[in-house]
Amino acid sequence: MSWETVIGLEVHCQINTDTKAFCGCSTAFGSEPNTQTCPVCLGMPGQLPVLNTLAVDKSILTGLAINADINLESKFDRKNYFYPDLPKGYQITQFTVPIVEGGHIDIVSKEGVKKRLGVTRIHMEEDAGKSMHEGLDAVSHIDLNRSGIPLMEIVSEPDMRSADEAIAYLKQLHQIIRFLGVSGADMEKGQFRCDANVSVRRTGEPFGTRTEMKNMNSFRFIKQAIEFEVVRQIEIIEDGGKIVQESRLWDSVKNESRSMRSKEEAHDYRYFPEPDLPPLRVSQAHVDAIKDSMPELPGQLRQRFETDFNLSAYDADVLTQTRATAEWYETLVAAHPADPKRCANWMANELLGRLKEAGKNLASSPVSALRLAALLDRIADNTINGKSAKDILDDMMVSDDSADAIIESKGLKQVSDSGAIDAIIQAVMAANPNQVEGYRGGKDKLMGFFVGQVMKASRGKANPAMVNQRLKALLNG
Amino acid sequence: MDIDVKKVAMLSRIRLTDDEAAELGPQLASIIGYIEQLSEVDTDGVEPTAHPHDAAMPLRANVVSNSNRRDALQASSPKLESGLYVVPKVIE
Repeated sequence: MSWETVIGLEVHCQINTDTKAFCGCSTAFGSEPNTQTCPVCLGMPGQLPVLNTLAVDKSILTGLAINADINLESKFDRKNYFYPDLPKGYQITQFTVPIVEGGHIDIVSKEGVKKRLGVTRIHMEEDAGKSMHEGLDAVSHIDLNRSGIPLMEIVSEPDMRSADEAIAYLKQLHQIIRFLGVSGADMEKGQFRCDANVSVRRTGEPFGTRTEMKNMNSFRFIKQAIEFEVVRQIEIIEDGGKIVQESRLWDSVKNESRSMRSKEEAHDYRYFPEPDLPPLRVSQAHVDAIKDSMPELPGQLRQRFETDFNLSAYDADVLTQTRATAEWYETLVAAHPADPKRCANWMANELLGRLKEAGKNLASSPVSALRLAALLDRIADNTINGKSAKDILDDMMVSDDSADAIIESKGLKQVSDSGAIDAIIQAVMAANPNQVEGYRGGKDKLMGFFVGQVMKASRGKANPAMVNQRLKALLNG
Repeated sequence: MDIDVKKVAMLSRIRLTDDEAAELGPQLASIIGYIEQLSEVDTDGVEPTAHPHDAAMPLRANVVSNSNRRDALQASSPKLESGLYVVPKVIE
């Protein structure tokens, strides 16, 4: 019998508020250590937490976006453990009644198969501070600027059956969160971190014992860690061993995971209701108002691009990666409405490729949507061919000139005059008598050679469709 | 009531000698026994509650109201370096 992998994911996502979850301290990233703290987030005696209203609204919005239920009354609890980056000795979290329950994320596999993956809950909690160990002997350094920053923990059902499905879920969730604007979700800054619960079983059997891969912040590492863990577990079981339930850390340098057992052994969180916070109540009217403010989500946008602009699923996906990308494309189409497919090709393949090479992105693009549209207009009206257009785009990347100005100054206007093209073709034929003979003797492949020669002789300006048509006529004539 | 005093002490990061643990065990048991009286109250038909006050939570506006008071807040810290708290190493 074959093995089946079972994966559940927990994502910790920083909610992008200006202030912390329970106090008026700034959440700005990268400030001098410990300059954004106060008695509340330092856990000093006698201080009381007061919850940030925006953290609540953004959690509700996220819940609504994944079709979850919003609990109009939710509760906060204390999760107790000792660690120097947790000054209170407990984390305020929603253990018993989270603000969001249920919901789902839809993914499409590489093979194009759709799958609906369940979300168990989203609860609000506070982040811990940051511990630094590197280069230090016998001590650790603690920065508490992050202490108390609001988090959403998004817990999935154990619905994923492969590392690829897990990554597809995470990417879709990441995209939804970015579209909603509820988190910066910058993985390098630790704003979107993942724990993966992994187990294996023989197909059809009950769930096996799981292990938890902790605190990963790169899609690549998450995939590697899951794949490594699956192989490790299967080997242990096939050798007659048993999986120990434990937390493990992924070492991205050695490409292997190791047990965190020594630290985990002591964990006994002793949850109890947070006496400093009464229940959180929100009205249905408030939830409805948040629902009304919901922006278009990635899935809806992809669907609309496929339908309205007749794009392939692939193009629609590329052009909806971020809201800014989608808006850029829509601006382009509005300015060049005749051919949305051409807009998609030129934006996705030509512009984005050049931007990537130049280390830029759409926000810093030297070519605006309107300038690109003006270039596409010249392809549409046959003023230039595609090859020239690519050269012009190269120029536009490094100058402010319009497409028309570059066409004019470089003399790139396409030659569509059949007399002029015939003249070039005849000159090429005269210079290559052997190839002409070969073609006429049945070597059809030589057509490519002639097209290349004619385009070269015209310095790229000949209308390629006409070159093809006239070449056939003259070579066969 | 039997209480694992050593475990409770470890969870609270309190160092106890065996003698202290032996002395504290019955004391803790008697405190818990006192609280256990609550289980005798008839709560049939009473909604569970997480908080004694039936008040909704007040919320705070998302506006920065604290400025940098690092020096004052760190004044009682035993060890600092470049604005960071220095603690015994926490990982092996």
